[in-house]
Amino acid sequence: MPGPQPVAKPGVAADKVETSPLAGSKYNPFADKIFAFLMFACGLCVLALVGLTFYELVTKSSLSWHAFGWKFFVRSDWDPVNDQFGALPFVYGTIVSSVLALVIAVPLAVGVAVFITEMAPAWLRGPLAFTTELLAAIPSVIYGLWAIFVLVPLMREYAVPPLGKYLGWTGLFTGPCYGYSMLAAGIILAIMVIPIISAITREVMTAVPQQQREAVLALGATRWEMIRVGVLRNARAGIMGGIILGLGRALGETMAVTMVIGNRPEIAKSLFAPGYTMASVLANEFTEATGNLYLSSLIEVGLALFLVTIVVNIIAQLLVWSVTRGTPARGHV
Amino acid sequence: MSNAALSETSLPPISLRRRIKNGTVTFLAVAAVVLVLAPLVAIFAYLVYKGVGSINWAFLTQPPKPVGEAGGGIANAIVGTCLILGIASLMGVPVGIGAGIYLAEYGRNRMGDVVRFTADVLNGVPSIVVGIVAYAIVVITQGHFSALAGGAALAIMMVPTITRATEEMLLLVPNVVREAAYGLGVSRWRTTLSITLRTATSGVITGIMLAFARIAGETAPLLFTALGNQFWNLSPNQPTAALSLQIFTYATGPYDEWHRQAWAGALILIILIVLSISAVRIAASRGTLKGAN
Amino acid sequence: MGVGIQVEKLNAWFSKTQALRDINITMAANHCTAVIGPSGCGKSTFVRCLNRMHETIPNARAEGRVRIGELDVYNGTSAVAIRRRIGMVFQKPNPFPTMSIYDNVAAGLKLNGFHERKRLDEIVERSLQLSALWDEVKDTLRKKSGASLSGGQQQRLCIARAIAVQPEVLLMDEPCSALDPISTGKIEELIFQLKERFTIVIVTHNMQQASRVAEFTGFFLLGELIEFDKTEKIFTTPSDKRTEDYITGRFG
Repeated sequence: MPGPQPVAKPGVAADKVETSPLAGSKYNPFADKIFAFLMFACGLCVLALVGLTFYELVTKSSLSWHAFGWKFFVRSDWDPVNDQFGALPFVYGTIVSSVLALVIAVPLAVGVAVFITEMAPAWLRGPLAFTTELLAAIPSVIYGLWAIFVLVPLMREYAVPPLGKYLGWTGLFTGPCYGYSMLAAGIILAIMVIPIISAITREVMTAVPQQQREAVLALGATRWEMIRVGVLRNARAGIMGGIILGLGRALGETMAVTMVIGNRPEIAKSLFAPGYTMASVLANEFTEATGNLYLSSLIEVGLALFLVTIVVNIIAQLLVWSVTRGTPARGHV
Repeated sequence: MSNAALSETSLPPISLRRRIKNGTVTFLAVAAVVLVLAPLVAIFAYLVYKGVGSINWAFLTQPPKPVGEAGGGIANAIVGTCLILGIASLMGVPVGIGAGIYLAEYGRNRMGDVVRFTADVLNGVPSIVVGIVAYAIVVITQGHFSALAGGAALAIMMVPTITRATEEMLLLVPNVVREAAYGLGVSRWRTTLSITLRTATSGVITGIMLAFARIAGETAPLLFTALGNQFWNLSPNQPTAALSLQIFTYATGPYDEWHRQAWAGALILIILIVLSISAVRIAASRGTLKGAN
Repeated sequence: MGVGIQVEKLNAWFSKTQALRDINITMAANHCTAVIGPSGCGKSTFVRCLNRMHETIPNARAEGRVRIGELDVYNGTSAVAIRRRIGMVFQKPNPFPTMSIYDNVAAGLKLNGFHERKRLDEIVERSLQLSALWDEVKDTLRKKSGASLSGGQQQRLCIARAIAVQPEVLLMDEPCSALDPISTGKIEELIFQLKERFTIVIVTHNMQQASRVAEFTGFFLLGELIEFDKTEKIFTTPSDKRTEDYITGRFG
């Protein structure tokens, strides 16, 4: 190969002595600044939306806040006719329906996740994961439709009698059941939160390093023992996060619950009785709200729902992050 | 060390109790899968069984008949849904993509963390509460219900999904590609749009379609924004019918005729959603093959 | 036609860490200058300071005087305008993945507002010819994407892209380190021919490569320019002991 030449060579033929095609181009630094600002503004929109939500909920509920104060959430008389509003039945209904949903959903969701991650043959994993996610894609109103015409009659026919007979002594399954009940709401809610709990559980289980499983197996454990000690124990925080995320979803779920819970603002111990949730009362009565106090009370219920779901979701996010990512990812350019 | 301790025969077998436990758990896990899949199958089966008979040309092209009369359709609801979704996309997609660009290209800092976190918070707000906000901002200001209000509510719900998807896709673009553009003296905004975003296009579109599929079936935020409408409406400033609202009204109404139409409407809705999700999956798998480094 | 490069008292930092100290160097027009040194010595940083790419890294900054021909790089014009006059080829070939071969070569022009179709065609063809890639791609210019070429071809494509804007200077940051020996050989030949039109600065960790393509060589160590002279002299009779130690392989 030719070596380096120490003497400077004369310039090349004249055809090269032309100006660069970009010689006349101008760069305007303003454009970059404006673009950066526009993008920042979009980011601010996100902040503004949450801020706006909070602001509107607080200002538009101030009427009832001043009228009832904290007692709003411990009174159980919801009487629009006489302008008396106590939101306890809704708080009770929301909590009970969500807890019931979790009681049913958690074992099933974790079971499905365990099966998909640790037990299913490789070819089955994808399709199974896909179908559980398909459950998440079904709109709430279709769940409600199906619940009204299929779930509730089935439940009334086949589940209510034995529950009343064998578990009636607990006080949870007493009284007549016309189908539209807390029980129905709990069941349909459970079906709706299973996909999210299952998906998070799968994610955190997969994040557990393979060495953990191998270490337990090497000690002579059965498969279940390996799962219990090597995987579930490590993923505990994340699974908890998934459950709380499911709780967050259940608390805010509106349509399906409204369609089967009976919409009666009463507190009853029995799950056979109808109930009412915070989201449901908003769905049912918002457009009928005559009078400012009525509307303001409803919005106060909305505010409470908003705050509770935010807190629950934050806790859940933190728990899930602690397992899957350590500290939240900052930059990885 | 005695030989007896090392011989194979003296290793204790796994106790029966442990083996039973293992088997039981496997059985329970399978049972869980069956129990979870059962409603899925049941729902789809019923939708088809109860809905397919009612879907015909009249159903798809006519608005509802007056109460009590048989027949009629949900054409106005289909059109209304398209109108509301269109308005929502016009508002939600640009803001979502813009916020995503901000997070990926300008937001690798504290402020960006705040925005990122807030987007996740916004994602978890119950849809009915979003409806209240849209009511407060649009309906109260305008003095009436409208498709615009409904679109605004759905747009709020689209933003977090699109933002996070856009951010993720942009971060996947290798930094050397940006550097190549900077090295050529391309300005930052041009690089971000023509190079970085262009490279991430298929992923971003996937994110948008996912957000779309998610809000297509939403009912709660429309209850007191778009409100619903018995008749045709193409104006963004009037109450408008929507497929999900119509299903809700019919399902909770007292007439068998309405119930029949609820099933049919639900079948149409679920078909649209499944189609969107499948399109997303196809686009995603093709995208990864095409844009491979 | 290339121009000379003058660097005076160039200093550069990554946050608080100083990466370059008081670099002074003059590089001749239409020649190839190699920049060598062990890993972490600042050679890449130095070259990236010449076209202000160093600034694109968060919390990085540079001070000093760099003149490329009549351009005062750090005083006056914006970094973006500077980079339109200087071409850069990176370590790992980085063609734009969504663009065809034609669009890749034309990218520097089109994205900066130059759209004259006929001249673009001419420039693309000439750039690809200068990069010894024309014959291999002339039939699939618009059909194949830039990313579908082999590694060596991609790097030649990147060279074509860099020279299409007719820069004053061509900077190359270890352009062959990701390539196989045959592609490396082709690119070295290319550098030899490009020298006639551009001033080239090439960073390399391969001393043999430096002695093959460059007339002048600068040896960097720990952020300082230790010695700068004709390549022949650096590799046969270096003045500084540290240079000698590096050349003979005692470290690095």
